[in-house]
Amino acid sequence: MDAKIVIKDFNLYYGKKQAIEGFNLSIPRNEIFSLFGPAGSGITSLLRAMNRLSDLTPDLRVEGDILLDGKSIFAPDLSMTALRRRVGMVFDVPTPLPLSIFENIAYGPRLQSKKSKAALQDIAEQALRAAALWEDVKDRLQAPAMSLSGGQQQRLCIARVLALQPEVILLDRPCSGLDPISTAKIEESLIELKKNLTVVIAPHSTQQAGRIADRVAFMLLGKLIEDGTSEDVFMQPKDQRTNDYITGRFG
Amino acid sequence: MRKKPRVGEKVVVGIIWTAAVLVLAVLAAIIVYILVKGLPQLSWEFLTQIPRNMGRAGGISSTIVGTLLVTAVAIVIAVPFGVGTAFYLAEYTKEGIITRIIRFSAESLAGIPSIVYGLFGFIFFVITLKMGYSVLSGGLTLAIMILPTIIRTAEEAIRTVPNSYRETSYSLGATKWQTIIKTVFPSSLPGIVNGIILSVGRCVAETAAVMLTAGSILRMPKSLGDSSRTMAVHFFILASEDISMEKAYGTAALLILLIFLINVVANILVNRFAAKRR
Amino acid sequence: MKKFKEKLSGLAFLVLALSSISVLLLITVFIVVQGASSIGREGLLNFVFGMKWAPSQDIYGIFPMIVGTLSVTLGAAIVGVPIGLCTSIFLAEFAPPFLRNIFRPAIQLLAAIPSVVYGFVGILFVVPFIRNFLGGPGLSILAASIVLGVMILPTVISICEVSLLSLPRQYKEGALALGLTRWQSILHVQLPAAKSGIVAAIILGIGRAVGETMAVIMVVGNATAMPESILDSVRTLTTNIGIEMGYAFGEHQEALFATGIILFVMIMIINGLAQSVVRRKSK
Repeated sequence: MDAKIVIKDFNLYYGKKQAIEGFNLSIPRNEIFSLFGPAGSGITSLLRAMNRLSDLTPDLRVEGDILLDGKSIFAPDLSMTALRRRVGMVFDVPTPLPLSIFENIAYGPRLQSKKSKAALQDIAEQALRAAALWEDVKDRLQAPAMSLSGGQQQRLCIARVLALQPEVILLDRPCSGLDPISTAKIEESLIELKKNLTVVIAPHSTQQAGRIADRVAFMLLGKLIEDGTSEDVFMQPKDQRTNDYITGRFG
Repeated sequence: MRKKPRVGEKVVVGIIWTAAVLVLAVLAAIIVYILVKGLPQLSWEFLTQIPRNMGRAGGISSTIVGTLLVTAVAIVIAVPFGVGTAFYLAEYTKEGIITRIIRFSAESLAGIPSIVYGLFGFIFFVITLKMGYSVLSGGLTLAIMILPTIIRTAEEAIRTVPNSYRETSYSLGATKWQTIIKTVFPSSLPGIVNGIILSVGRCVAETAAVMLTAGSILRMPKSLGDSSRTMAVHFFILASEDISMEKAYGTAALLILLIFLINVVANILVNRFAAKRR
Repeated sequence: MKKFKEKLSGLAFLVLALSSISVLLLITVFIVVQGASSIGREGLLNFVFGMKWAPSQDIYGIFPMIVGTLSVTLGAAIVGVPIGLCTSIFLAEFAPPFLRNIFRPAIQLLAAIPSVVYGFVGILFVVPFIRNFLGGPGLSILAASIVLGVMILPTVISICEVSLLSLPRQYKEGALALGLTRWQSILHVQLPAAKSGIVAAIILGIGRAVGETMAVIMVVGNATAMPESILDSVRTLTTNIGIEMGYAFGEHQEALFATGIILFVMIMIINGLAQSVVRRKSK
């Protein structure tokens, strides 16, 4: 298996409280990988650790390692900003910045280097097409991003990440507040996207994991219970707890 | 606990209404009275002519210019320090011993009476730094006086910026500095500007501190090193030395109008800011 | 390079943030240094408890002014606190929304009006009223108390209102559910719960009254003798500085700075009280 991300003996603490415990996992390249489990399983914490957004949380401490293409993301000489551009993140609620649609997309690319207006236009169009939003907004790129519907905002957030041409995209319950049509659009574009990058998603439901993921991992109380291809895990779970959860008999 | 009869309650509620109405009535009476007496004094000549004969005749143009200059100096100096402090407190540091000292200092500064600022400005700027009674001395003194207001309003504005903006910016590969400049600062700008506008109001209204530092010369100031009388000081001298009641009313009316305008602008800004957030 | 820039920006902000500390230190040092020699010459006790202020004879005692400041401040609190507290209860509990929308900007405006305008209105109305109906010179403790009482209203009202509004809704709902009337709920539940905020509001209002200069100069009469009734003219610590700073030299000027020290100390004590009350509340 060609692993894009390898998580090794990973522990994560908030102060004294441990949120992730002895975690080992490999996430293969160019696939959709889904981390699922009940609320409070540490999925969000794990995703945020993968592009070190977790550094922003005071009192948060990690042990172990996460490797991206074989290199530790905690290496002292690593550029945090470069890491975050390589590993993009989409949050559970749409987080458009209070700028125009175009400016939201241009925000990231502009931070890297000075770019011409035309180049930015190009980047924006490509990113918006990849996120299946181009047709909706091509005539009003200067409109405030806040004027979009919730589903459109979330696709804008995906496009914004894609504009940085990341290698990995992390999505933390990206469809939790969205209607089924928006959800379907996002899922379609994710399946398209995995040709070029690696997708790690925390789905808002196990159904979503089943629909789109190539591989899945079930997490419970900060521990990895089992992982494998989604067929294996959903059809023949090895662990009783996984079985209980996916059949809805949990708790 | 429940022995109070209904009548007593009605009386109490009546007292509460009366107090509130009284407050509003006092405010309205002050404003209406000053405007009714003062507005007729306002004329083009009043606004554009230099005071003559100690202020008995002529206009108040030099005091208007003096007020504007002193206020401008105060704002130009205080804003970078105040807003910088606010960003330091809200974005750059965890709560600890340093923030506690800074907060204590700012809160203490906020409580110091303006006459004490006047004393300090006199001995420090006027005498020790040899700036003399001047627009510069007055402006610097006022800058210190408004510093805590600017710090507090700016910090509040920065703290109302949703954390998701910061996280989004970081997740797009921005550094802390880029996040602050491109996201946090623009989002908090209306609140910061509101604090600045309120500080302008305080500078315009202040009397004791400027009287001891900018002096009370009636000439038109030609540079920041010149002594100048502000409108508030001029009004005080006209009224307390019984020089000219008409001119005093006129000056007071202009002051009130100016303060009113400043407050209206600040309120519009706050409301638009709040509406945008919704 | 990027890391360096990041470090630099953090450092720059820290330097800016140190401004308020350094300014506070400067103020303290300069005023103390300038005034200390006067207190040293007179002796602290003679200065604070001296009954006579006669710069022409180089006699500097400020006890009547301390009494003046305290009596004017107490008067302002007696006038301003009940009205302010009632108004804040009104705004937090009784006012219909449209009235609240009138009151908020009105109270801001009340706070923003220059103090000299308050003093002026005091001269025009309060002083003649006292002179004609109660006797005495009119320029008096009472006049200053009334003017200051109005001036501290915005402070008292806004802070009391905030502390009443920030109470959890359950307090009031719980009280009403127990069958208390609206007023009983306010009196027995909400006011006690908001007590520390109200106390802080009163202390800060007092701080404002102690520190006010111009409005007081205009209505208090500024006599240096010990007052015997509230209809007498007095001088306060602030007005002593405000009146004489313009023409004082040498020892006289130092004595005014010494007055400033006493004022400064009083204000720091008041602020310290207010800050500790607020801090205790936030715990």
